[in-house]
Amino acid sequence: MKKTGGLPLSRRVAKKVEELKPSGIRRFFDLVAGRDDVISLGVGEPDFPVPWRIREEMIYSLEKGFTSYTSNLGLPELREGIAEYYTRFGVRALPEQILITTGVSEGVDLAVRTLIEQGDVALVPEPCYVSYKPLVEICGGEVVTIPTVPDFKLTYEVLVEYADTKAKILVLNYPANPTGVSYSKKELEEIADAVNEMDMVVLSDEIYAELTYTGRHVSIASLNGMEDKVVVLNGFSKAFAMTGMRVGYVIAPPDILTGMLKIHQYCMLCAPITGQIGAIEALKSLDEVDRMRAEYMRRRNFVVKKLSEVFELRKPEGAFYAFPKISSSGMSSEEFAEGLLMKKNVAVVPGNAFGECGEGYIRMAYAVKFEKLKEAIERIIEFVDEYGKG
Amino acid sequence: MESQEIEVIKLLEENGRMNVEEIAEILALPKERVEEIIRKLEDEGVILKYKAIIDWEKVQEDFVYALINVKVSLTREKGYDDVAKRIAKFPEVHAVRLVSGEYDFQVVVKGKSLKDVAFFVAEKISTIPEVRDTVTHFVLRTYKEEGVNLFEDEEDRRLAFVP
Repeated sequence: MKKTGGLPLSRRVAKKVEELKPSGIRRFFDLVAGRDDVISLGVGEPDFPVPWRIREEMIYSLEKGFTSYTSNLGLPELREGIAEYYTRFGVRALPEQILITTGVSEGVDLAVRTLIEQGDVALVPEPCYVSYKPLVEICGGEVVTIPTVPDFKLTYEVLVEYADTKAKILVLNYPANPTGVSYSKKELEEIADAVNEMDMVVLSDEIYAELTYTGRHVSIASLNGMEDKVVVLNGFSKAFAMTGMRVGYVIAPPDILTGMLKIHQYCMLCAPITGQIGAIEALKSLDEVDRMRAEYMRRRNFVVKKLSEVFELRKPEGAFYAFPKISSSGMSSEEFAEGLLMKKNVAVVPGNAFGECGEGYIRMAYAVKFEKLKEAIERIIEFVDEYGKG
Repeated sequence: MESQEIEVIKLLEENGRMNVEEIAEILALPKERVEEIIRKLEDEGVILKYKAIIDWEKVQEDFVYALINVKVSLTREKGYDDVAKRIAKFPEVHAVRLVSGEYDFQVVVKGKSLKDVAFFVAEKISTIPEVRDTVTHFVLRTYKEEGVNLFEDEEDRRLAFVP
């Protein structure tokens, strides 16, 4: 056989990709495989299926033959709907400022690729969702993490300590995965002051905005002077339980949006049309969101009450996660998560999967039916009694 | 009504067996407050009864349900309420509703057999002086009862871990 030349196999994959750390929860997939009776609190997605009226619209659309590409930007009716909808979080955007993406994941990727080039710095508060850091690193950017333990909150004082990094972007996610922390308008104003002083662009991942239990979510893009500095990222996955439909959106200043659109048209072309049609119906189904939010809030109260008796726990203001500190058990995050799975068949995600400073914590998603949640918490308490120190 | 009371009602409507402690935890209220609310709701007749929703088709002892459309002619002396009460007092009658449209009452009757129900209607309902006409529809299968689907629910197809 003739040798085809080129690079040896070991160098086929690009160095930047080779160097990316694999996701911390991969290992747990193998552990959970083949086990019965596992209650998983490790799932970062709603336990509700897509509301039926939204599904019906998608079914009809398929019957009627809506199966083509849409424009790169997305369906006009959906973009108009989002422009109107986002006023509830204080943002007045034109449909022209909105791009429909294939989930928020694509939106984050587009925003990072548009803004970050070799050597640029991104500030990422930790613990945080797993994709921000790798996406910046693929672009050759440098991530400076801001540990926020134990309050999990950014403040003006904390941010300005990082002024020397000359960071170009700040990634903000609230209500937050994995901590459930959110910000009031006043707290956001402080952050905005620091952002202005440090002249950064904020990537504001607001995917859990609807799942806020303490008043209404405020978008940082709605604050005075911020409209030109914020890329809002949101979507239909969490609030409308449409994870698998892959529909997200971006509201961005015109220059940034133009850049993002360029990348989007080459790498994605458009978000799936079926999901976009479902999303149009979703915006007419806000009562479904109210119903689900009420249910999450009940579960949150229950989880906080029960877990606070065993662990140090900050009461989450939003999303569907609790992030208790488990280090009092004498175990590390991974030991705890693995032990809990092997001994008690309850799956949780170790806190260090969300950044080094998440060590000593676990993330529990309360996106499971109440009866199961009750059972899982009983098992967790048993586990701590039996295997924790003292 | 107070919002705390509404919250308690919603929980109990969904699950009549939820205990006071759980309700207190879910609503972040003191246990005593929840007890007080439930007692008040029971006393005022807001909560009428706690019962189970049964899928009788799964039970050997089958029942027959029929929906009966009843037309009545009213008089000065006898209004809808009077006729409705006369019908409702039979234990065989499961529900009585005054409805808009072509007929006046929709009556749900529960019996042991088709014959049972048919005779009951003929002997007890049709013979009420104000009743002009009845049409009986036997229920062949129930797909949803009190907001609960009586067919197999969709399974949870989510992965065990999602970041």
